[in-house]
Amino acid sequence: MTATTLTPEPVVRAPLTVRGDGPTQARAVVSEFVKMRSLRSTSLTMLAAVLGMAGLGLLISAITNNNFDRMPPDEIAHFDAIGRSLGGVNIAQLAIGVLGVLLVTGEYGTGMIRSTFAAIPTRLPVLWAKAGLYAVSTFVIMLPSAFVAFLGGQRLLGVHGTTLSAPNALRAVFGTALYLMVIGVLAVAIGFIVRRTAGGIAALFGLLLVLPGIGNLLPVSWQTSVLPYLPSNAGGALYTIQPDPGTLAPWTGFAVLCVWAAVGIVAAAVVLKRRDV
Amino acid sequence: MIEVSRLTKRYGDKTAVDDLSFTVEPGMVTGFLGPNGAGKSTTMRMIVGLDVPTSGSATVNGRPYAAHRAPLREVGTLLEARAVHTSRSASNHLLALAATHGISKSRVAEVIELVGLRDVAGKRAGGFSLGMGQRLGIASALLGDPATVMLDEPVNGLDPEGIRWVRDLLRGLAAEGRTVFVSSHLMSEMAVTADHLIVVGRGKLLADMSMSEFIDANSSATVRLRTPRAAELRDLLAGDGVTVTGQAADTLEVTGLGAAEIGERALRAGIALHELTPAQASLEEAFMAMTGDSVEYHGATTHEIPATERGAA
Repeated sequence: MTATTLTPEPVVRAPLTVRGDGPTQARAVVSEFVKMRSLRSTSLTMLAAVLGMAGLGLLISAITNNNFDRMPPDEIAHFDAIGRSLGGVNIAQLAIGVLGVLLVTGEYGTGMIRSTFAAIPTRLPVLWAKAGLYAVSTFVIMLPSAFVAFLGGQRLLGVHGTTLSAPNALRAVFGTALYLMVIGVLAVAIGFIVRRTAGGIAALFGLLLVLPGIGNLLPVSWQTSVLPYLPSNAGGALYTIQPDPGTLAPWTGFAVLCVWAAVGIVAAAVVLKRRDV
Repeated sequence: MIEVSRLTKRYGDKTAVDDLSFTVEPGMVTGFLGPNGAGKSTTMRMIVGLDVPTSGSATVNGRPYAAHRAPLREVGTLLEARAVHTSRSASNHLLALAATHGISKSRVAEVIELVGLRDVAGKRAGGFSLGMGQRLGIASALLGDPATVMLDEPVNGLDPEGIRWVRDLLRGLAAEGRTVFVSSHLMSEMAVTADHLIVVGRGKLLADMSMSEFIDANSSATVRLRTPRAAELRDLLAGDGVTVTGQAADTLEVTGLGAAEIGERALRAGIALHELTPAQASLEEAFMAMTGDSVEYHGATTHEIPATERGAA
């Protein structure tokens, strides 16, 4: 940095009477869009989600086709061509979840959140904007990715593949994108509640991945009344073609996932209004 | 105008800001002084609603900050700790803030130019030096062309040229009729920038007065004099509340007596004076004298301090 670079210009005299409008919900969304777009981590993580969803789906489909005859007879009998091509959803949700948490905790970690809330001191428009924008972005990017995974996957599965007109195929493809969208909202909510990156990611994946595993250790009678309602199990019902016994109906399960996200957002709103920044 | 009324902030049993009341008037630079940990930053965060007071209130132009329709156009703030995402460029940072208030891109370019960051506006803010970070913070504060500007330690990390630039900027903003509220723990900087002083120590208000009043109230003026009969004059002046010290054989420094009284006494004794100079204590000395008390007060009442340290204090 040379001294000449920082040589300031004389003070610009500006009239004190300049007054204009302040924050609106729409402006909060535009601001969040500028923020989201201007971080390299956003595009890198989204790319990872796309590669996880589409790339992995294609890869799994190709490998499956090559090894189809060597699969156990039991697996061949219950072969799920749709589920096989959409298998990347588990990887995609890692990327979508991490990015959702980071969009919030990145601001807390760097102190940016103070600038954000100084500009929008009512705070809640920031929460709505971040959650809403991220939900839409996730859906808009993950839906084509799911279609690529499905259509490309079926082609790579060759004679073992199916078509979009197969029963539940369209529901599974849309369901994958809808599931990831709501996981994104849940991630943003957890980001606002926990405020730290490591803790936020741990909380999210504890809820999505660890809790169902712990649930399996419960007595069987409890398992049936608890496990289907955990967010990843409930939401997974929407894109699953051959559900485990006890799984909720597809749209019931998705509704339960939405309730989890809504509870998260309400909790985030409450703590956001109460806590110091 | 900023009005703070009986503002108090407690964290557990620690009181960061203690029943603070003051008013910051437009058209001048008001310095907010105190040692580190005096509660300056906490007070400023409460003024812009980032922290909620335990009790009391703070208003800007008659309303709580959050109640304004366009907060960034009312108050521009630079907070001490950096408030910028380190991975975002300076211009994108400002564009994101501008978007919340529908502020134009040309205004963003204008403030970037104003603070001298044009050549680095596209670079990651995380790579900025402390001084460049401060300039970016000042650019954010000026973005909404606010009538009130509140800056926490703006000269922190700036080089002498930058310090001078901030000083001129603040004076210019005040001359335009804006309210300028600037915190510092450096008395020397305030001495050449501020018209009015608000001094805090341990969260309490210690002084709220003009710069000259502050110096008068917090220092006893010293008079320097030179005479060939120094020893004789020293005996003549010494007495209750008067301290006389000699620097050289023919020089005395007198505290506790005015120059006029010294001159009268010398004349009556027939002692010639070669020099008689009233010298005011520096602002730094006045500041140390004032906040020194608040630091001692704290040390004597804080029970967490181990006995050995307390003995040393």
